[in-house]
Amino acid sequence: MTAPTKNESTVLWEVFLQERSGSPHTHAGSIRAADAEMALQNARDVYARRGLPESVWVVRTTDITTSSATDRESFFEPVKDKTFRHTRDYVVPRDIERLER
Amino acid sequence: MNRSAAEVLLRLGDDYLINGQRLSEWCGHAPMLEEDIALTNIALDSFGAAQLIYTMLISEGIHKGSADDLAFARSEREYLNCQLAEQPNGDFAHTILRQFIFDAFAFHFLSNLKQMNEPIVRSVAAKLLKEKTYHLRHSGEWVVRLGDGTDESRSRTENAFKSLWRFVPELFVDDDIILAANKETNFPLYSTLKSEFQETIATIYGRAKLEIPMMKNSGRTTGRRGIHTEYLGHLLSEMQILRRSYPGAAW
Amino acid sequence: MYGNDIPTGSTQYNIPTMSDPPEMLKGFSEMIERGEKIESRDWMPARYRNQLIRMISQHAHSEIIGMLPEGNWITRAPSLKRKIALLAKVQDEAGHGLYLYSAAETLGISRDTMTEHLLTRQAKYSNIFNYPTLAWADMGIIGWLVDGAAIINQTINSKNSFGPYARALIRICREEAFHKKQGMEIVATLATGTLEQKAMVQDSLNRWWWPTLMMFGPPDSDSTNSKETLEWKIKIQSNDEMRQRFIDMTVEQAHAFGLSIPDEDLRFNETTRHWEIGKIDWEEFFSVINGDGPCNEERLNAKRKAWEEGSWVRKAAKAHADRHSQQQRETNHS
Repeated sequence: MTAPTKNESTVLWEVFLQERSGSPHTHAGSIRAADAEMALQNARDVYARRGLPESVWVVRTTDITTSSATDRESFFEPVKDKTFRHTRDYVVPRDIERLER
Repeated sequence: MNRSAAEVLLRLGDDYLINGQRLSEWCGHAPMLEEDIALTNIALDSFGAAQLIYTMLISEGIHKGSADDLAFARSEREYLNCQLAEQPNGDFAHTILRQFIFDAFAFHFLSNLKQMNEPIVRSVAAKLLKEKTYHLRHSGEWVVRLGDGTDESRSRTENAFKSLWRFVPELFVDDDIILAANKETNFPLYSTLKSEFQETIATIYGRAKLEIPMMKNSGRTTGRRGIHTEYLGHLLSEMQILRRSYPGAAW
Repeated sequence: MYGNDIPTGSTQYNIPTMSDPPEMLKGFSEMIERGEKIESRDWMPARYRNQLIRMISQHAHSEIIGMLPEGNWITRAPSLKRKIALLAKVQDEAGHGLYLYSAAETLGISRDTMTEHLLTRQAKYSNIFNYPTLAWADMGIIGWLVDGAAIINQTINSKNSFGPYARALIRICREEAFHKKQGMEIVATLATGTLEQKAMVQDSLNRWWWPTLMMFGPPDSDSTNSKETLEWKIKIQSNDEMRQRFIDMTVEQAHAFGLSIPDEDLRFNETTRHWEIGKIDWEEFFSVINGDGPCNEERLNAKRKAWEEGSWVRKAAKAHADRHSQQQRETNHS
């Protein structure tokens, strides 16, 4: 991702929080800090004031590679047709399927 | 609760109260927004700690009235905070160094309360230690960045040190109160915390590429006896004004 | 919240506008109609980007400046509970500013640039913060009225079409709830307190009522908002609609507190079931927003001073970071 950089005194970091044990880290927003240690502390102070997240990640915005709007069609649309990854594409006699535990 | 132990705890509560008051002066004026939030976080924890300690002392029957009475209604001579806590904010280096010294002291003091006889004190200390660990990390990391930053930041940190280090000896003087508390309830003597404190300072100062300060052995305990610097009076005037202007009113 | 009362029309974020390719514009409008969110990666018309940068950054500036009138009373807060609540509220405001700057950065403008625009008066912030906090009661009144108005505005605007802004507003709305409530608790305490306290809070309401009504922005009939801002879901509801909602709720709360609204022309219309107010002094509004308010100078001077005096700190942090990442690179290569 690009980060606006005009003469910036700080680096832009994206913040991810793990809200509960076992759940994935989700994006919370961004903060500015000069280095990773300060970014981590700032992220905790800004995004984790309420509740007790399990963990915080900070990543330099420029280290994140993202798909673009124009990628959407070629990256994701074809997936919609690939029903062979879904159970509804396959048929098993019902009385046997019922034995699934 | 043992009276000497209670007085030692009141000292700590007052340290937190005055520290919180000084930090809250920064709100909206910090060098960057993230630091406004960080300093306010420490201020909030500090007021919370004072409230917790005062409430505990009242529930143990040591003081009458409310936590607010302890916070807002005493005269200057009755506050037992260390003189370090009441020093003015100055520039950011001054505030951070003051915070770092206090955090290092409080961290080791709280860590050593595990050996106390009174369970209520141990549980309060355990809670406060978690917060203090974070405060120490924050202030310590800033000392490193200011010391090992630019020439200007280094020089400001050295000036802050020159002006604040003389308030350190008071923190480690064993007076009759702490001696009694130690004998009767196993409170750690202040002097026994000196070497751990010194180590914390040295580790951060080493990383900050600052000259590691020597500890003076002597020191008068004065703030602990209610004799303060000229700053506390002004701080208290501001803090207490509404209560004094509207006696008896509820807020 | 703090965007309605800032007259639109300034062009400092003018990104060169090539004419929008019609098929891109069509796709964009259709996304919005379907209720989808526009993300920073998506194509957007330059006018949309401009409007959002201005709206989001001015909202952020308002949060930051908004810390100052309340910050004025932290050291004098009269109880530990009040002190803690006020500190937490002001801290939240810093955090809200931060979420909003963060949303604006996704549109390609940096935090330092936005700060520069604020300090050089190129960007504006909500007018309400150009008024002084002269009594403790103002803390209650601000929480009740100003945050009350903000909540209405933010809740509605959280449905706006730009993903990062919508998400920031949702976060803000969740946090804002206690802001209003702690204010109302202060008002209730003072209104039922000593005679002096009651007089203090009535005086405070007298000073803050009209400026709060102006927060919702000029009347719809005078508004320069185009059809586009509504179509593109940059604006969701009209100024007058939101103002009326606020009035209906707040007048009744004031009466329940035992306080009176400083408006001789206030009437309840039995037919429409709405409270009708007297005339808002829009001249005052425009004069304050153009720099003539009681605290415009003080607010910006405070921020400028903090920024300038903090410069050496930011430089030190950067120097340290640069030196150590250099050392890291040297270690990696050795």
